[in-house]
Amino acid sequence: MLIKTVFAGFGGQGVMSMGLNLAQAAMMEGRYVTYLPAYGAEVRGGTANCTVSVSDEEIASPVASSPAFVVALNQPSMIKFQNKIQSGGIFFLNSSLIKEPLLRGDIEIVQVPANAAAEDMGSVKSANMIMLGAFIKKSNLVNLQTLIDALAVALKGNKKLIAINKNALTAGYELV
Amino acid sequence: MKKIFSRPRSLKKAVFHYCPGCGHSIIHRITCEVIDELGIQDRAIGVPPPGCSVFAYYYFDVDMVESAHGRGAAVATGIKRAHPESVVFTYQGDGDLAAIGTAETLHAANRGENITAIFINNAVYGMTGGQMAPTTLLGMKTTTSPFGREDKYEGHPIKMSEILAQVNGACYIERTAVNSPANIRKTQKAITRAFRNQIEGLGYSLVEILSPCPTNWKMSPVEAWQWIDDVMSKEFPLGLIKDTTGRGDAH
Amino acid sequence: MTGNAAIAEAAIRAGCRCYFGYPITPQNELTEYMAAHLSRREGCAFIQAESEISAVNMVYGASVAGARAMTSSSSPGISLKQEGISYLAACQLPSVIVNMSRGGPGLGSISASQSDYFQSTRGGGHGDYRTIVLAPASVQELADLTRRAFELADKYLIPVIILGDGMLGQMMEPVEFKHEAPSALPVRAGALRGAKGRHSRFVRTFTSNPAELEEVNWSLFRRYQLIQKQEASCENYLTEDAALVVTAFGIAARIAKGAIKQARALGLRVGMFRPVTLWPFPSEQLKELSKRAKYFLDFEMNMGQMIDDVRLALEGGGDVSFYGRPGGVIPNPTEVLRVITRVYHQKGLNQ
Repeated sequence: MLIKTVFAGFGGQGVMSMGLNLAQAAMMEGRYVTYLPAYGAEVRGGTANCTVSVSDEEIASPVASSPAFVVALNQPSMIKFQNKIQSGGIFFLNSSLIKEPLLRGDIEIVQVPANAAAEDMGSVKSANMIMLGAFIKKSNLVNLQTLIDALAVALKGNKKLIAINKNALTAGYELV
Repeated sequence: MKKIFSRPRSLKKAVFHYCPGCGHSIIHRITCEVIDELGIQDRAIGVPPPGCSVFAYYYFDVDMVESAHGRGAAVATGIKRAHPESVVFTYQGDGDLAAIGTAETLHAANRGENITAIFINNAVYGMTGGQMAPTTLLGMKTTTSPFGREDKYEGHPIKMSEILAQVNGACYIERTAVNSPANIRKTQKAITRAFRNQIEGLGYSLVEILSPCPTNWKMSPVEAWQWIDDVMSKEFPLGLIKDTTGRGDAH
Repeated sequence: MTGNAAIAEAAIRAGCRCYFGYPITPQNELTEYMAAHLSRREGCAFIQAESEISAVNMVYGASVAGARAMTSSSSPGISLKQEGISYLAACQLPSVIVNMSRGGPGLGSISASQSDYFQSTRGGGHGDYRTIVLAPASVQELADLTRRAFELADKYLIPVIILGDGMLGQMMEPVEFKHEAPSALPVRAGALRGAKGRHSRFVRTFTSNPAELEEVNWSLFRRYQLIQKQEASCENYLTEDAALVVTAFGIAARIAKGAIKQARALGLRVGMFRPVTLWPFPSEQLKELSKRAKYFLDFEMNMGQMIDDVRLALEGGGDVSFYGRPGGVIPNPTEVLRVITRVYHQKGLNQ
């Protein structure tokens, strides 16, 4: 089964690290995986996004025509991807920043007040990991524990950061 | 009978193709004498340019690799970095070092690449037939400055040695000439120092040599020698331009 | 690991100790990886050069001194390197040049593109020369073909170009390195290291004698013929029963593969022919395939460059359609599937 997910938001919201963590975790679970970032001028201050493909067999194209899941951290990303997500897919919205109603009725919507929850935990910077925790709970793409283990790789063993991110992942997981 | 003069070991037994009165033959010879004196024939790697001296490898009995026009400093950098035990020298003309290869030269000097540059300034493109060089003097007629070089149209003669002296990585820069026995001896000393600096790992050294080109200057060899004294060395003054080696053996 | 980092790591493990580059998107991770691993290390050289021209000439110097040397850039920078590549070819100096190509012409865009096919496979610089051109399609293949590039360069004394693109360079996939970095490689025979215990040598490209230069060109040509005979390689994907064969290279082949999987699910007999070496182009293999399949769809991220080689290989023996997107636009698999379906029906292959 090939599952493609797009993570999108403002540059600086941490969408790339969400994708990287998922890709790392999927690799640790022995799945085929590709991580494709939008790069360069596109990500200088504007919206950023990346595509993670996870599969049980070799992945042909790393590009997503119509992703099964989209995680949008801001309003422009919601608008950009709302028509690309496949019918029956799940749209994860950061409801702290996205107020506009969605115009499609054939997809499931998961609202996560990620910024609010992150502020409650002490830093709005954790909003991305709260979204990722919530995403994993609903999508079931990898185990939460693998995702937590994957943090150590991305954060190069920085114990303090690992603890903060782990808490945010767990909090997001329990939020939905 | 005692032999008191002979061909340097690192100069091949070949007849120079250079024009009568050309400075290249003299500079080749004294460079080879320096290579012999320093005992580096088996470590030296030369980088000759396109131009009249493109055939330098027919004369220098050391390893040599031709570079593209202007790229000598980059090629020498690659050799020296890959094989630091070698003694690498570029042999470059004014078009090569001061026009098309300005960037390569300036940045190799700035990195303090531990190489030696022998810079032949004859104020003209020789092999291509006497076109204007970056070092052509004001008023001088060439095939591409037929009305005489004028600053308003063709710009000024560029003084690469003075420019390179501003660059921290360059440790030794001297301008000499090969238009008299005394000047030839000074040039040989300067080349010796430029090689020694490299052997001692001191950084980028350059010897600029004012060299006669009677053919394109349309002069006799004697007139060409005289012209270097009377005209060319007024624009390009001879002497030590920079020395941060602290060796104290400047002459 | 990103594709760019995978190339760098594979190069180091192939014994590359000298890297010279100049920043340009989308290949900077490669240069940065080399900076982290080769600078300030005994026996290694890393220089951020003042230009792509200088960088390729530093490769020339390091190669002539016997080292495995590499440079990398992206399209506009590769244009600047062409002078040096011509000299490397003329002097028969083994070297590896990576092009993580982007949209052109001019400064173009930084998005992935395949518009440098002609430049890579037709020489690019002046003179009658060829370079081997490898076109990886995955991060694993970037690593594997980087090693292969150094081996081929040494075997045939030739510059080898790895033609990737911005997407391959930026994307991450798991990658396995099958070799450890050697502690030191033997110095290549014929290298200039100073004339110790032997006569002096010179390496040059210029001769005033046309007959001499002709002989040099003949010997290059004979070597190119040998390479064409021995080194052309390709991947066949579901071509055994294919009525329609998509021809594509590099990242476009990945996108096409995705489309072909979907086409197969719809019951269309579609396969893919992917050249791994763009030069030498696997003409024999494609010609062989055309005994079974008559209909071809060439798909490239340009307006039709490799299609010339496809047609030359088929020698009029196949029906070739084309689909391409220029300028750094990345087509998606569904878009390619639509084209496949259209061609399939137009040619009456569904009957």
